[in-house]
Amino acid sequence: MSRFLFNRLLGMIVVLFLVCLFTFVVFFVLSPDPAVQICGKNCTPEAIDQIRENLGLDQPFWTQFWTFITALFTGRTYGTGANAVECAAPCLGYSFQTSQPVADMILQRLPVSATIAIGAAVLWLLAGVAGGLISAVREGRFADRFIAGLTLTGMSVPNYVLALALQFLLVVTLGWLPFPQAVPFGDDPVRWFANFLMPWTVLAIGSAAVYTRLTRANVIESLQENYVRTARAKGLRPGLVWRRHALRPALTPIVTIFGMDFANLLGGALITETVFGLNGIGKLAADSITKNDQPVIMGVTLLAAFLVVVGAMVVDLLYTAIDPRVRVGSVK
Amino acid sequence: MTFTPTELEVEGAAGGETAGHPAPASPPAQRRRLARAFLRDRTAVACSAYILLVILMALAAPLLVKLSGWGPYEFDQSAVDPNLGGLPLGWGGGMGAEHWFGVEPGNGRDIFARIVYGARVSMTIALAATVLTSVLGVVFGLIAGYFGGRVDMLISRVMEFLMAFPALIFMIAVLSALPADNRQFLLVVVISVFGWPYLARIVRGQTMSLKEREFVESARASGASSLQIIFKEILPNLASTIIVMTTLAVPGYVGTEAGLSFLGVGVVPPTPSWGQMIASSVPWYAVDPAYFLIPGTFLFLLVLSFTVLGDRIKKLVESGEGRA
Repeated sequence: MSRFLFNRLLGMIVVLFLVCLFTFVVFFVLSPDPAVQICGKNCTPEAIDQIRENLGLDQPFWTQFWTFITALFTGRTYGTGANAVECAAPCLGYSFQTSQPVADMILQRLPVSATIAIGAAVLWLLAGVAGGLISAVREGRFADRFIAGLTLTGMSVPNYVLALALQFLLVVTLGWLPFPQAVPFGDDPVRWFANFLMPWTVLAIGSAAVYTRLTRANVIESLQENYVRTARAKGLRPGLVWRRHALRPALTPIVTIFGMDFANLLGGALITETVFGLNGIGKLAADSITKNDQPVIMGVTLLAAFLVVVGAMVVDLLYTAIDPRVRVGSVK
Repeated sequence: MTFTPTELEVEGAAGGETAGHPAPASPPAQRRRLARAFLRDRTAVACSAYILLVILMALAAPLLVKLSGWGPYEFDQSAVDPNLGGLPLGWGGGMGAEHWFGVEPGNGRDIFARIVYGARVSMTIALAATVLTSVLGVVFGLIAGYFGGRVDMLISRVMEFLMAFPALIFMIAVLSALPADNRQFLLVVVISVFGWPYLARIVRGQTMSLKEREFVESARASGASSLQIIFKEILPNLASTIIVMTTLAVPGYVGTEAGLSFLGVGVVPPTPSWGQMIASSVPWYAVDPAYFLIPGTFLFLLVLSFTVLGDRIKKLVESGEGRA
């Protein structure tokens, strides 16, 4: 087990390093020269050279890359002498647009994004597993067909269309909900809930539908297994059979995709946050891409990649815990 | 699910990839029976009809636009009210005999024409990406899960690497850095490159579970080759997963294309795509709901039709298996 963990950790570090490298290449080589951009309209060649020197853009590619990586762990000093600016670890550089440290910008927006992501995840997991189980148990009856209809609708409605439709219906026409704003939970829990309800729903609906289908398909399949028949023949209560014998093996694929989906949310909430105008990390990414603010894009990409890599590892560990059929030896 | 693999189940998996014809290579009698069962299913027929309609619409776009009288790039300033910031005149976003689906607020472009032309873009990108992703995902997932060891190590690392990329952000970055002249092709490639690991990962996980089962062991003991085991023993048992996942992928890709267009790196204006039309309707949603409702409804119905159709095919194939 410890060897498995070690290998997994090593793989994680390699993947993260490659993500860094890949992203670095794309942003710093393919994109237009940031020095020209920072310099603005009244620019002289000398000023551009000065900016390049301060940011280290005059260095060869590998030096720049190495400086970026080390800055993550040890911090970095921009410029020299009186103009020197200290950037503490983990240093992601400064925004070209606002001159704020990128790490701070991300941290400021983390609460909003986390609220949206966690709320949506709770919503879709509960709805998905419950809906799937009910469907499977009542296979072919009304409840199953009703849930199937809901599922198909939920899966098919594009989230921005749903966002616009909900906003038009519930906010503009009926006035039941406010325009979503990032109200802190501590200020007013009720308003907090009312404000985040639409973003949660919009972000969760697609996944909730997917999870319902997957749970249903898997539970129905495992209900036909021999061990379920055995459990039933033993006279076990149906509720217990469903929960312990049918649901548990059915959860394996759910765990697999949940870890990935959740880790992907911070990046994936991009559209939801943009449509609702909520200042989360997704919106930060969208804005910085429009403005070609490379350090911010780089920072957000790395954060998102980190979450996904950690998510994948947690999934693998849980996978072996839930499904004993998959031995650790063969996972590696 | 039984563990007696039939040709039909294998075909089911392959059929899911193209979201189309049930069991193309099965014996003629079975095929005819499936086709008859399919035609009896009204919902499935309705969905196919809608998809067909959209395809026809896409193919006949220039003709339809001639009929309606307005091209997708023509401005009609007489249809909008300059005093209200360019809001379309008349009911439902300017719907009427002149503009069948109304006009865009601001510049007065004909929405019908843009829907018809947008169908071309949305269909092409989503279908191409789905086919490419499914083939890659199933093949790599099976190989990784079945062979294990170094092969699995390599494929898993590549998958992890691709999945560790926050796909949407990265797609945007790549697309915004690349030249805009062949966006549609680039969109398919970028979506597929980042899309296949999600199917492959699940296929791999289930393959790993399945290959420990007795029926695989007995096949191996009776001298079946690895290829035979993968495609005749394991793949059929993955059919339901693959079909569900692939079916779920189509809406995902339509959404991704639209999302990318929404964020300004997808299909380049003035070329219309449904997603892009919805995106440009965002500032107007409160005052001109028809502007987002029309492309939104077309998109929703298209995605819904594909999903339902995939479902029906899956059920048909499974019940066909029972009778065979």
